[in-house]
Amino acid sequence: MGNITTRKNGLQKFFLQLGYRWAIIFLFLEIILFSIISPGFFSFNGIQVILINSPFILLLSLAETFVIITGGIDLSVGFVMGFTSVVSAKLIAAFVGLGMNDLLSIIVGIVITLVIGIIPGFVNGILIARLKVPPFIATFSMIGITHGISELLIKGTYAKGLPALAGRIGNGSLINIVPGKTVSFFISPTIQRGDQLIEILPTVFVIPFIFILIFAFILKSTKFGQHTYAIGGNVDAAIRAGIDVKTHIIKIYMLSSFFATVAGIMYVFRYVTGKADAGAMFLLEGIIAVIIGGASLYGGIGSVWKTLIGCFIILVMENGLRMLGVPTFYKLIVVGIILIFAVLIDQLSPELIHKEE
Amino acid sequence: MSNNKNSTLSVSQSLLSILARNWALLFVLVLILIFSFTGINFFSSKNFQNILHLSTIYLLLASSETFVIITGGIDLSVGFVMGLSSVLSATIMRELHAANFTPALSISIGSIVGLIVCIIPGLINGVLVTKYRVPPFISTLGMGGIASGITLVMCEGFPVTFLPPYLTAIGNGYLIYILPGKAISFFNRPEGIVGEELRKLIRIIPNSLMFNFVILFILWHILKNTKFGQHTYAIGGSMDAAVRAGINTNKHLIIIYVLSSFLAGLAGVFNVFQTGIGNFTPFTAMYELIAIAAVVIGGASLMGGKGRIFGSVIGVILLRTIENGLHLSGVDPFFRFIAVGLILIVAVVIDQLFPDLF
Amino acid sequence: MEYLLEVKNLTKRFGGLVAVNNMSMGVKEGEVVGLLGDNGAGKSTLIKMVSGVYRPDGGQIFFMGKEVIIDSPIKAISIAIETLYQDLALAENLNVYSNIFLGREKLKKVLKFINVLDNSYMHDEAKKVLDRLEIEIPSLRNRIRTLSGGQRQAVAISRSIYWNAKLLIMDEPTAALGVTEQKKVLALIRLLRSQGIGIIVISHQLYDVFSVADRLVIMRRGEKVAERNIKETNTDEVVSLIVGAEKVTQRSD
Repeated sequence: MGNITTRKNGLQKFFLQLGYRWAIIFLFLEIILFSIISPGFFSFNGIQVILINSPFILLLSLAETFVIITGGIDLSVGFVMGFTSVVSAKLIAAFVGLGMNDLLSIIVGIVITLVIGIIPGFVNGILIARLKVPPFIATFSMIGITHGISELLIKGTYAKGLPALAGRIGNGSLINIVPGKTVSFFISPTIQRGDQLIEILPTVFVIPFIFILIFAFILKSTKFGQHTYAIGGNVDAAIRAGIDVKTHIIKIYMLSSFFATVAGIMYVFRYVTGKADAGAMFLLEGIIAVIIGGASLYGGIGSVWKTLIGCFIILVMENGLRMLGVPTFYKLIVVGIILIFAVLIDQLSPELIHKEE
Repeated sequence: MSNNKNSTLSVSQSLLSILARNWALLFVLVLILIFSFTGINFFSSKNFQNILHLSTIYLLLASSETFVIITGGIDLSVGFVMGLSSVLSATIMRELHAANFTPALSISIGSIVGLIVCIIPGLINGVLVTKYRVPPFISTLGMGGIASGITLVMCEGFPVTFLPPYLTAIGNGYLIYILPGKAISFFNRPEGIVGEELRKLIRIIPNSLMFNFVILFILWHILKNTKFGQHTYAIGGSMDAAVRAGINTNKHLIIIYVLSSFLAGLAGVFNVFQTGIGNFTPFTAMYELIAIAAVVIGGASLMGGKGRIFGSVIGVILLRTIENGLHLSGVDPFFRFIAVGLILIVAVVIDQLFPDLF
Repeated sequence: MEYLLEVKNLTKRFGGLVAVNNMSMGVKEGEVVGLLGDNGAGKSTLIKMVSGVYRPDGGQIFFMGKEVIIDSPIKAISIAIETLYQDLALAENLNVYSNIFLGREKLKKVLKFINVLDNSYMHDEAKKVLDRLEIEIPSLRNRIRTLSGGQRQAVAISRSIYWNAKLLIMDEPTAALGVTEQKKVLALIRLLRSQGIGIIVISHQLYDVFSVADRLVIMRRGEKVAERNIKETNTDEVVSLIVGAEKVTQRSD
């Protein structure tokens, strides 16, 4: 409230701001720290490595952002990602096997996968919105189902037979320059020994980032986004205001599955294979990024941009520690502590949420 | 007139209620019937003992979740705390054994330290949840990450081996061994049995079964018959009401999370006895989710206030029977994931359709 | 003057229990009617029939001179009957104007085909209605969570008024408020009355009711036991009517 805030002195205001913006400040401190203690960190290559490793956590946390704002949770995104990585890899390999052109196989494979990939979300949505199954249980059940189906598809191994083009997309960048020879977009060029290759912004980062831009806008500025917040804030109010809450929830879980599907496709590009448990690691990281970004599991609070900050806190930590040669196990400890710390800050200063939207 | 009608209604209602309440048990029986026809060697006391023996860690984790879930919370750290206790106690056993302590002493000290240390994550969870009002989902998720990290740092990502002898003999041992017509012995195999005779040896009541029985009986008793159990339900039913009734809810919840961690630690120590090595929990293991699934199948509600130890046990047995039965029926093992998912959905939909029956 | 809302012989039964029995009453434009009664007297049931939550088992409802059948809360809102329950139904995480426009957001097009929220329009419109109701809220961009109980009440009322409510039903509007806030809400009710809106106030706080109501309807055990003009009665009489301590002869209008 304005009149209370004006009564606060400068120092209090400063700490209020600090508390509110701790995530972005923390991220900057993290970057500065690693830049000092780890020489290769703040370099063109160092940043490139972070971005190349980013797509899965970015997409899964984007999915969770929407779900968590409605007050739900989607535990299935990791295995939907694995499932769709298998499906798209199998489809693309099958089309190539039928003698179809590589690029066309990839495009058709992706399109079909995107359609299949939203089915788990649709089922989750129906279970949650219509049958009143708690999100935790519905989406956990979906883990079992998608995991089982994808393992059956690949008989417990991994999908193979993908064209080399998939890997060239996965290793490609938005702009690939071989000085004096070629410039290509999105797809990595074939290079001779001795050629220098300049790559700007990895494809596997650019594609998720486009989704982030679009959906940050949708969440913030459209009726769909507004209703998402309203449902998380007060379901009764949303219903009485005439919002079709059930349909909205179904859409949210379909959207979540859609992002997981894009993540699965990114996995195929990046690793030129499909695996049932491709996304198992990234589920918790995705949720943690959303919470570090300041969202509340009780719903109603959160934003795509803040989630993005949460993602990069984790990514920078991960890559910084790796470049220092610290075993990745330590990352788990640090991330666990940051997670608890993030929520503690919110709890200890309830005034922080007393701000204008 | 109307009284008569009401009473017949209530009989059929209570029948339906009993059915719905125990649908998981019925389902287990139906599964056993089906698998007895389809599965090779499924219907045998050996296999049933085997199912129960291999369920031990799940039974412990599920009972720890039962307490937490009844209070309306959740504990996502149990799987990793189990890994922590497994690796920690195994490491201590190995070091003491290497320092020429007797196996009995090494094993005892290792187990006890493992159990005591595992109280710490629960204590921290409890304090975060109560004093700092961190949602249980988050504090236990963070604690899971921390426990997992510490475990992996300790074991450097490899199972802990070179442990003292006798571990698996205890963990996988049986109460009674009978060699028909020749010998009977308790706890240890009769001496000097080899080859053909070893195959004929009848083993009855695994040690793990007795262990399970004792632990589960105590937990059942606590939840069902004590003030502590009553308060657990009260807190889950209505936190406000519990506070106003004078229950020290903060203290109670801290004890609940400590208990949960302790049981997870017990599962970890048992795991060492069962496998003879210290196992870390991979980040993708999802033990806690399977335990939660079992508790929900057993009739608990994630909203709190509802749940039974017996129900959770049935939940675990249901999940394990499916796994074992499908395996012995020669079904592709991956169908079991799908089956677990579908059964969980059925469980909750039944709960939704008959909300008043539980 | 004709009634804005008139109910005739409304009856509602739950199984064997008659919650409201043969109840008739009315509200005129620009009139505040206090609906009084002990717990279980049938006030809530009566109100829920008018706001579309319950279907009556008998009787008729007339609104603006025509008989209406109110079979859902949406129907009630669509014919300009708004009900404010104690929980107010506000999304606490959204700001003031977003709540006023919730479910009926004003959109504008960017790049000719993308619909986005027209925040400045909604802000200005919300400001207008708040000004009209003389409600002071520091910033309409403040989230509801940051507002006091009285301010929330005011936002909920503004939402009804913005969407042209003609009849406002208020369930315990002052129950959860501090003394100053109560006064503000009562002042707001008087202002609404002066702007021609019909209001039914349910309240246990007799002094509040006496300070705003023009007429009182008193219920006991599902029936109307009395109707009084505010100037012709006093709290003692009303209390005894509510608890039924004194024999009262029914007045005929």
